[in-house]
Amino acid sequence: MADIFHALDDETRRLVLDELAARDGLTLFDICTALVTRHGVSMSRQAVSQHLAVLESAGLVSTERRGRSKFHHFHPEPLAEITRRWPPDARSAP
Amino acid sequence: MRIELTSVFVDDQRKALAFYTDVLGFVKRHDVPLGDAAWLTVVSPERPDGPELLLEPAGHPAVKPYRDALVEDGIPLIQLAVDDVHAEHQRLTARGVVFTQPPTDIGTAHVAVFDDTCGNLVQIVAMKPAAAQ
Repeated sequence: MADIFHALDDETRRLVLDELAARDGLTLFDICTALVTRHGVSMSRQAVSQHLAVLESAGLVSTERRGRSKFHHFHPEPLAEITRRWPPDARSAP
Repeated sequence: MRIELTSVFVDDQRKALAFYTDVLGFVKRHDVPLGDAAWLTVVSPERPDGPELLLEPAGHPAVKPYRDALVEDGIPLIQLAVDDVHAEHQRLTARGVVFTQPPTDIGTAHVAVFDDTCGNLVQIVAMKPAAAQ
């Protein structure tokens, strides 16, 4: 199980989350296409697949089979751990 | 040397012929019986003497795992040229075709990917004018 801090500590994985946040339900092919055409990130499908596995392990991405294809979905809920740990209003105003 | 024909594996040749003609709009070019199967090709009505697409039986045992893996990851097996991806997406969706990738701008072209109901994903591509060369 990867924690969210490790999962977020990679520019490609952050870009994948950007793409899934903008349009939910992407195939591996869609994600690879978006990475190379929108972000200039040219990476093997296998490497992208490994990044997705890390995001899935951290609970940030889930996969769903529709028909014969596999679609990826973004789940921002685990990110709440950041504000739970460091609440924005934790420090009293000066 | 010329490219005059390419092929795509299909689960069922008659069902594939119906999809590629009735739904997509191609026309049958050759239909030559060969044992249990047929030498079955379609062409674009815009270019009746242009390249043919052979609808080839998917009976070989290697075909299923190969296609299943590609379809799972959303990877299209063939690309077809269209003038307007959005218009085709609208036309085909109205006819019940399921897209795994909606019309998407990839910079040099607009693309979309649909399921041909015969075991393949098909990408439609409209090159942008500046990139057409």
